[in-house]
Parts: sequence; C-alpha cells; structure tokens
Amino acid sequence: MADARIAPHVILLPVKAGFIVLTLIAALLLNLLPWSGAALWIKPDFVALLVLYWCIEQPRKVGFVAAWLLGLFMDVADGSLFGQHALAYSILAYAGIVLHRRVRMFSGTPQVLHVVPLLLMNDLIVLGIRAAAGADFPGFQYFAGSFVAGALWLPLGVLLKLPQRPKPDPDHV
Amino acid sequence: MEHQPPPFFKTGPTPLARLLIFSALSLAFLVADARFNYLLTLRQVAAVVVYPFQRIATAPASIARRIGEFFVTHGSLREDNARLARENFENATRLQQLEALRAENAQLRELLAIRGRIGVELAAAEVLYASRDPFTRKVIVDRGSRHQVLPGQAVIDNRGVVGQVTRVYPWLAEVTLVTDKGQFIPVQNLRNGLRAVLAGTGNDGALELRFIPLNADYQNGDRLVTSGIDGVYPPGLPVAQVMHVERSAAQIFARITCAPLGGVSNHAQVLIVRGARELPPRPVEEPKSPRARKSRKG
Repeated sequence: MADARIAPHVILLPVKAGFIVLTLIAALLLNLLPWSGAALWIKPDFVALLVLYWCIEQPRKVGFVAAWLLGLFMDVADGSLFGQHALAYSILAYAGIVLHRRVRMFSGTPQVLHVVPLLLMNDLIVLGIRAAAGADFPGFQYFAGSFVAGALWLPLGVLLKLPQRPKPDPDHV
Repeated sequence: MEHQPPPFFKTGPTPLARLLIFSALSLAFLVADARFNYLLTLRQVAAVVVYPFQRIATAPASIARRIGEFFVTHGSLREDNARLARENFENATRLQQLEALRAENAQLRELLAIRGRIGVELAAAEVLYASRDPFTRKVIVDRGSRHQVLPGQAVIDNRGVVGQVTRVYPWLAEVTLVTDKGQFIPVQNLRNGLRAVLAGTGNDGALELRFIPLNADYQNGDRLVTSGIDGVYPPGLPVAQVMHVERSAAQIFARITCAPLGGVSNHAQVLIVRGARELPPRPVEEPKSPRARKSRKG
C-alpha cells in the first residue's frame, strides 16, 4: 500500500460501506460532467478507476454487481450500445479481484505499472466492441485518459484512505 | 463424509465463474441491443435511475452560465439591443415579403392541387451535454416523452438542421447529430434542385454526399436544404454547405465534402420540430407478370 512505507505501524480502520457507495456515486458524477474538447480526451474514466481501486482494496465488498450496474448506467448516459461498458467493467473487476493480493504487495510506481495496463485493457474492450459494431478507430488520443488515471492512482489512494486512519490517541504522547 | 468449509471461507462462486456469468449477460445485452433493438424497457429503467445524476452533474455548468448572464455589462446590453433592433427591422421587411409569398404559394398550390406544406410546431430544448463516447456524435437534451418528444423528430437550431431524435426517455432525449457516422438526411441543392442523400462521417464539421455521378452539377458554396421527401424532416430547412468537390477520373463517383450549417458542436438551445408531413401511402408494387413484359417488347 502507498502509505505502508510512511507509517508501517498504523492499522487502518475497516472501511464503511456507505463511503464506498459515496465514492462510486462521485465517480459517476465526475464522468457525467459536461466535458468537451481536449478535456474529453484526457479525462480519465473515473468509474473504471474507482471500480478497479475498490476491487483491489476491498474485493469482498465491491465486485461484479457494482461494476456491471455502473457499466449499464454509463451505457445509458453515453447513449452507447447497451452492455459495452458493463462487459468492460466486469472484466476489469475480475482482473482487480484476481490480482488484488499481488498489486497490494507493491507500493508507489510499481502499483501504477499494474494499474495502467488494466485500464488500457478496459479501453481496448470498449474499442473492440465498437469496432465490431462498425465504428472507426478514433485515434491514439483515445488511450490518453488511462495514463491520466494512472497518474491519479497514488493521490487517490492517499485520499480514499483518509477516513480509515485511526483517530489520534489523546493518551499517547 | 461431507466436509463443509467453515462459513468464514464461504465466498460464493469463484471470480472466474462470476466473470463468465456477467460477461455472458453483457454480451447478451450487446447482441440484443445491436441486432434486435430489444431491452427498451430496461434502458428506460436505467435512464430513470441515472437521470438525477445527469441533472446534478450538469447543474454547475448551467448555473454558472445563468450567473454569467445576470452580470452582463450595460455596454454589452446596449450593443445587443441595437443589433437586435437592426436585425428585427431587417427581418420584419423580409417577413412582409414572406407573408405575401406564402399567400401566393398557397394559392398556386391550391390551383395546382398539390398538397399543402403543413406548418411545423417547434419546442425549445436545452442541450445538457454531448455524449462522452468518442465514437458517436450525440447530444442529450432536457425534453423527453413527458414533453411529447418522439423518436425520429428533427432537431434544428437558428442556423440549420442539427440532428434527429433517436431515443426518448421520460425526461431526456438523445439526439443523433447529422455528423454521426451512419446518420443520413435527404437533401436538395438549393441552386438547381438536385436531390441527394447527405451522410455523416463521424468527424465534427464534415458531411459527405455519396454516390453522386462525376458530371452532377455541384459547386463549392452550394447550399443544401432538406428535401422533405422522407416525411421525417420538414422540407426547406438548411442543412449544409458544399465545401469541396473532388472529381477524379479514377473514381466512379465524385467526392463532395460539406460542412453543416447548424451549430452541431455547440452547447446551446435547440428546437425540436414536431409534426411531420403526412405523406400519402407508398404505392403497392404490382408483381410483374410475364405478359406485361411481352407486350412491351412487341
């Protein structure tokens, strides 16, 4: 974990289910913001990022059902083929759950190097489905969002673990 | 004999099994949606669930715009006012001519016993956001089936045709822009009346006239308007302007690129055109009998 290095003796509190739901809703809202132009290209897929994060951190709490439902919502909001994001997020959730022990062994940059290929795979699945439906290749800037998401991975980890930090012990000097 | 694992280790099906279940479900949805257009109800349900999030996410931008509208300067207001008064004056003169022409046109049509052009009803709608899917050219507007919006209705703005309503949810509608790949619109060249079908290319700001013979009379700057023969778009709405005509002897057809006239990539107000033209039913094709062919020969 990213912060294991900083304070190895800190044991994190269990994460609250409500907090997970809240972050996933926030990711959905971020995805639904009216992005346009260049911001649209470099915008990471926040839902994919959060689904992957929770599948790695809490694979027993977040899994296929959440990923699949969020995928359906994204399909409706985007007006794309029903099921394309659902399929991509399901496979992403699988990768996260299977690899969660391995990824959590690492900290810092090696963790990002695990995450970015998974997000690129997510993009490739959507691209493959669209290509099968007859769409053209939108250009390599299509993958830019996943690299931005990789850059966001470590700050996100610190941010999302804040509520899990134990309260400072008043008796402890 | 049976060794049940303690409840602590019970985690349900393995991840691989779950992956197969959810992937199969997604693929079934994909095929059902792409090939058969099923799942309309499911889409509607999901749309109703997502609707509040869509409104919340687009609220900051629209609130910011409204605040920006509130704080306009006196100078810009006066400028706008002067410009609008001038435009109004110019338009009023044109409108007077138009009234006379319309009356004359109606009279002539009556004389010739041609079906009249019905008046269209317009409903204003606000573009909430453009689709984030880089493969499609679609926008979501804040009018839906609760506001009598139907799939297939044309969507225009103050300059020309923007697109067509393709999916309708209770409070939202999806508009496929004319630039979307696979969006076709029957048009007519305003200069010489040539009919053609204009196709979207998937690129912003580029449309294409397909299957036009090399010798067809198209020039740069020609304006294309809807022909109305489809019964979907009302006739005479401006659609696009011819930007580039490429005639090469190596190809059978001319390559004609056009630019849309409507503000296709602007986030703004649009108008949904209600009331399509009632066309007479298509004549039934008579089966060809061998006798008829013989008589033509002889």
